[in-house]
Amino acid sequence: MTAPETVVGPIPLDESPGGLAARLASAGVGDRIYRVVITAFAALVPLLLVAIALEIGVAAWPALRTFGFSFLTSSDWDPVNGSFGAAPALYGTVVSSLLALVIATPLALGVAIYLSEFAPSWLRQPVSFLVDLLAAVPSVVYGLWGIFVLIPLLRTTIVPFFKDTLHLGATPFFSGPNYGPSMLAAGIILAIMVLPYISAVAREVLLAVPRSQREAALALGATRWEMIWGAVLPFARSGIIGGVILGLGRALGETMAVTMVIGNTHDISSSLLAPGYTMASLIANQFSEATGDLHLSALMAVGFTLFVVTLVVNAIARWLVWRVARHD
Amino acid sequence: MHFYSSPESHVRLVAFASAAALLVACSSEARKGSDSASASTSRGGSVALTGAGATFPYPIYSKWFADYAAKTGVKINYQSIGSGGGIRQLSEQTVDFGASDSPMTDDEMAKAKGGPILHFPTVLGAVALIYNLPGLKQPLKLDGPTLADIYLGTIKKWNDGRIAALNPGTALPNADILVVHRSDGSGTSFIFTDYLSAVSPAWKGGPGKGKEVQWPVGLGAKGNEGVAGQVRQSVGAIGYAELAYAKQNKITTALVKNASGEMVAPTIESATAAAAGAAAALPANTDYRVSIVNAKGAGAYPIASFTWILVYQDQRDAVKGKQLVDFLTWALTDGQSEARSLDYAPIPATMSQQLVERLKTIKVGAAL
Repeated sequence: MTAPETVVGPIPLDESPGGLAARLASAGVGDRIYRVVITAFAALVPLLLVAIALEIGVAAWPALRTFGFSFLTSSDWDPVNGSFGAAPALYGTVVSSLLALVIATPLALGVAIYLSEFAPSWLRQPVSFLVDLLAAVPSVVYGLWGIFVLIPLLRTTIVPFFKDTLHLGATPFFSGPNYGPSMLAAGIILAIMVLPYISAVAREVLLAVPRSQREAALALGATRWEMIWGAVLPFARSGIIGGVILGLGRALGETMAVTMVIGNTHDISSSLLAPGYTMASLIANQFSEATGDLHLSALMAVGFTLFVVTLVVNAIARWLVWRVARHD
Repeated sequence: MHFYSSPESHVRLVAFASAAALLVACSSEARKGSDSASASTSRGGSVALTGAGATFPYPIYSKWFADYAAKTGVKINYQSIGSGGGIRQLSEQTVDFGASDSPMTDDEMAKAKGGPILHFPTVLGAVALIYNLPGLKQPLKLDGPTLADIYLGTIKKWNDGRIAALNPGTALPNADILVVHRSDGSGTSFIFTDYLSAVSPAWKGGPGKGKEVQWPVGLGAKGNEGVAGQVRQSVGAIGYAELAYAKQNKITTALVKNASGEMVAPTIESATAAAAGAAAALPANTDYRVSIVNAKGAGAYPIASFTWILVYQDQRDAVKGKQLVDFLTWALTDGQSEARSLDYAPIPATMSQQLVERLKTIKVGAAL
């Protein structure tokens, strides 16, 4: 497919006498000031990003220089003896976020498909509103709910169901003692928190699929399910991926709710029942009481790593959306 | 297009430069902010002191500040941002006093920009051990080495012989011990690990003492409420929390064997007794950067500590310096009676007199 050549930059002006260029010149200073101001505003945001990255990078430098690459591979986090490694937190951030997506994406898609394709119109508004409302709940409230409702439920009902009824206790994912606070608890909390983002985007994207697309599929004899699977979802694919990535970004950075349920232990375990740590909760837990220079710098380095992970994830997401869009 | 290319790059350059200038201006403004703020307050009619630091004594400090303001009109603004932040801000001289749950190290003192720093103990905190053993009829009894081994993970079961020996006549369950500790850096953890280091060579050589250490076993929970919540929910769990928190929430606490061999419950009286025991052993020229864990003395609870207010010895601003000394004098005398109502242990009377004497060594508006 060849895209029409797009014009980047200012539109060429009509430079004939009495044309736009001449009129602009006579219009004079006002336009130019306006343009400078707007450009300055536009430049300010990327500059802020660069300034933040620089500031964190400079503060993180002593730790990165001391520990080098082992900062990302070591599981040591010993403020007393000044030895720091962020591997468990890096692992925990990625795994808890992916777990959240695995749980939330099918649910969110289910909600979005129901609302856009099946729900009677009187139900659509209230249900959308309630799902969106999940995004408005403060994360500390999710954390409290996690401690007082989810964790007891995990301990008494959900995990025994996986371990004993489904006989998954022998798999590495469900091995070990079941304390409650765990990677699984963090993944579930995060799933609930990112669900409204994914479902809101997916719903809007599905609603934007042209009616003709649906009608054409039905006219070819497709069932309703085949119509959704074969005609609507592919059309909305890039948008849905965008929504999932938005959710992932939210999950990577979530701090308070995760800290309250993940168990805060510097350990890498294949078991979802084992406690873990995330980079955001590590910073939140320790920053206020960190006194040693190296300790502070190590926390900054964790922040820098989180920053880079988020950038990489977003870059991959952009690439995915771009590839899917091109493929269509 | 050629015609426009040069003015356009010019515009970009200007935009870039102005944005950069704005950023620079913002950041230097922020750095100056605190200086100009303190300058303006000292020029104004009412003096305002600013402090920052520990969260643990915040309830009693805010009551002191409110009562002192009502009495004298001197306003004190305190940010409970954590001991580490308090020490950093005092070192940078952005606040008039700092507050910390652990004394500053020599290294930190050397880096402070305003000269020598004096430590004044204000109240006492104690760390209570909380546990969840529903079958137990009487309070659990522990001693230091046993507690350290539980937290090191070498004692794994509640019916371990060493725990049983401390609790004769008590049926201990054959259950795993779930160790719970704080996940956030905290003065409570500092006192607790300071105690474990004092009583166990293995702990001292291993995790050591600090607001945040590398815990060999267990779960990390955020805040006293997080630890207490985790312990309450898990049968077989043991954790630690501030005395005030445990008291206000009526949580069952364990008795701990002190240096004199008594089994002592954590109370305001037993914490003050620990300070009295430790104070008696202090040299005359002490700088009060002392640990009072595992203190000798009758009825002394072994896991207790001072919390400190930190001030510079040279107070350059004569007005604020005098107000600060006056406030501390009041806090160490009249203020102490308020501590008990908020579940803080007051410092022993003899020691508060010594501290008031020591306040006189602060040089107010020193010849500069």
